[in-house]
Amino acid sequence: MNIGFDYTRSVGPVLGRFVNGLAARRIEGVRGSDGRVHVPPVEYDPHTAEALTEFVEVGDEGTVQSWTWMAEPLDGQPLTRAFAWALIRLDGADTAMLHAVDVPGPERMRTGMRVKVRWADETVGHIRDIAYFRPVETEDADDGPTSPPPPVAEREEGAPVGVVITPVHLKYRHSASPEESRYLRGLAQGKLLGQRCPVCHKVYLPPRGACPTDGVPTTDEVELPDTGIITTFCVVNVPFLGQRIKPPYVTAYILIDGADIAFLHLILGCDAADVRMGMRVRASWRPREEWTTSLENIAHFEPTGKPDAPYESFAHHL
Amino acid sequence: MPDVAVIGFAQAPNVRETPGTTNGVEMLVPLLAEAYQQTGLSKRDIGFWCSGSSDYVAGRAFSFIAAVDALGAFPPIHESHVEMDAAWAFYEAWLKIRMGEVDTALVYGFGKSSAGQLRRVLALQLDPYFTAPLWPDSISIAALQARCGLDAGLWSEKDLAEVAARSRADAAGNPFAQFSGSAGVAELLDTPMVADPLRRHDIAPVTDGAAVVVLAAEDRARDLVERPAVITGIEHRVDSPELGGRDLTRSPSTAAAGRAAGAEGVEVAELHAPFTHQELILRRELGLGAGVRINPSGGVLTGNPMFAAGLARIGEAAKRILAGTARRTLAHATSGPALQQNLVAVLERRD
Repeated sequence: MNIGFDYTRSVGPVLGRFVNGLAARRIEGVRGSDGRVHVPPVEYDPHTAEALTEFVEVGDEGTVQSWTWMAEPLDGQPLTRAFAWALIRLDGADTAMLHAVDVPGPERMRTGMRVKVRWADETVGHIRDIAYFRPVETEDADDGPTSPPPPVAEREEGAPVGVVITPVHLKYRHSASPEESRYLRGLAQGKLLGQRCPVCHKVYLPPRGACPTDGVPTTDEVELPDTGIITTFCVVNVPFLGQRIKPPYVTAYILIDGADIAFLHLILGCDAADVRMGMRVRASWRPREEWTTSLENIAHFEPTGKPDAPYESFAHHL
Repeated sequence: MPDVAVIGFAQAPNVRETPGTTNGVEMLVPLLAEAYQQTGLSKRDIGFWCSGSSDYVAGRAFSFIAAVDALGAFPPIHESHVEMDAAWAFYEAWLKIRMGEVDTALVYGFGKSSAGQLRRVLALQLDPYFTAPLWPDSISIAALQARCGLDAGLWSEKDLAEVAARSRADAAGNPFAQFSGSAGVAELLDTPMVADPLRRHDIAPVTDGAAVVVLAAEDRARDLVERPAVITGIEHRVDSPELGGRDLTRSPSTAAAGRAAGAEGVEVAELHAPFTHQELILRRELGLGAGVRINPSGGVLTGNPMFAAGLARIGEAAKRILAGTARRTLAHATSGPALQQNLVAVLERRD
């Protein structure tokens, strides 16, 4: 599973001054209450918590305070070829900045070495405007174009950067529990398989890793019909990002006959205004050749036309 | 205000990868049963529940909610959660008992680190403006810290390997450890760098796991177990998130927490040090001399379940008092990059 989200953050007056400086290829820190110059700047003094406002321009050359070697760079890092991470104290600063240093191998790195900023070909007001650092003696090296600038929130031409975007993309491998696996395999055969709690005998669909009342794994398999009732529902009128159906439409909690827990699905086959609590519904399965191990095998639920279930019969499931 | 004691501890095997889900239910169900068995309590006897876990590790929002099924959370229970190591959930539970709101509490932590790319996920703990957008991974950050100490002459690569060798040897006596071994220091120093100057043995392994600790007010604790581990001090402190503004060879927050918790005079210390050099920093900041037995469990270098490992240190330190093999022990937990946040608890046997 790939999960991505573009975090947007407003930068405020202190961090904003720094990123706007970067866009102009200028590095500014802030002076702390003890006189130390912090680069990158901090908004409040780490010792006194006093708001800091005195900006100080520092050099784009500095000294390596510590380093390590990144032999196989990970997604999102400043360089795709092997590089060094370093804590670099820029000339005029009293704190160190973390960034990448481009050298061919770890034997070229040492604490105390002098490095200089390699600016991105296009600067936009982001920490990545500093593409990386390189040893001062290789200042004029031709190491090709820098990677494209990071996204920065849209702004008027020439207006200062007020917001920065940080895209976060992570990959995960999720495994289904044994109970969920049986349920998902059942769906691929057109079956709804629940599991029963061995203590309270409630039937869960989808089954859970543990019964929420008794804290024990559900065990006995129960095959359930594809009919049930609507316990509660919602008419969706609002469009939103990623929506797959045109509003208005109805999503409802459906309690399958014989189950003790409702799940969310889509109601079609009648006017949204006619959907009711207690309405009896049946699954509308997709064509068999489209089935996978997913509840999407059921395209939606639709009314059966049978008399509604009395409120008392499902009130305790609300 | 009542004093509070640890009365039970259970942990899942520390493994490279569990087949279970990221909600931790499969790992937690047997641990809860074991904790009840140790203390004679049942679910109905627990006054407060608190957990530590992470949505970023799980790769899903509100991941801790699904874990609540393992508790049997209906009818509703009094429950809370921290997005930190469960040692901080332990602190919250300790407060609830100190305030007299409840007299028992159960704390749990879990993490399936193997689901994602852990060292990249952990980059998201860093300052989100100028540091996290570079994606420096957690191992690289620790390597920068390790070199600071090497350059300052505070430790050598051999010192680091000695920590690893002792941890691995001790882990042989811990059936929950992810791995153990008897490699000698010279042998370890002959292995390649992973993140110069750190080698494989300097870095805690990626680990899936969970831990449960049960607490009770001291009077109640005496009715339940023979030798409750009374918490005589607990404190947590934080250092600035400005990595380049800190002296990375020091951990002032650990020193302050240790002073406040009363770290002197302990026989055993379980330290949450995911990197060998961090154990050396912690020992110095806590003033632990040569007479203090460090990490007899093998420590997190032999199994580091994210969000449960700090709580497990408290459990391990308590276990020695519960078993009657020590009278005064110390537990330390850390959270965040390069030992940024630190918690110290001191546990004691009272006759």
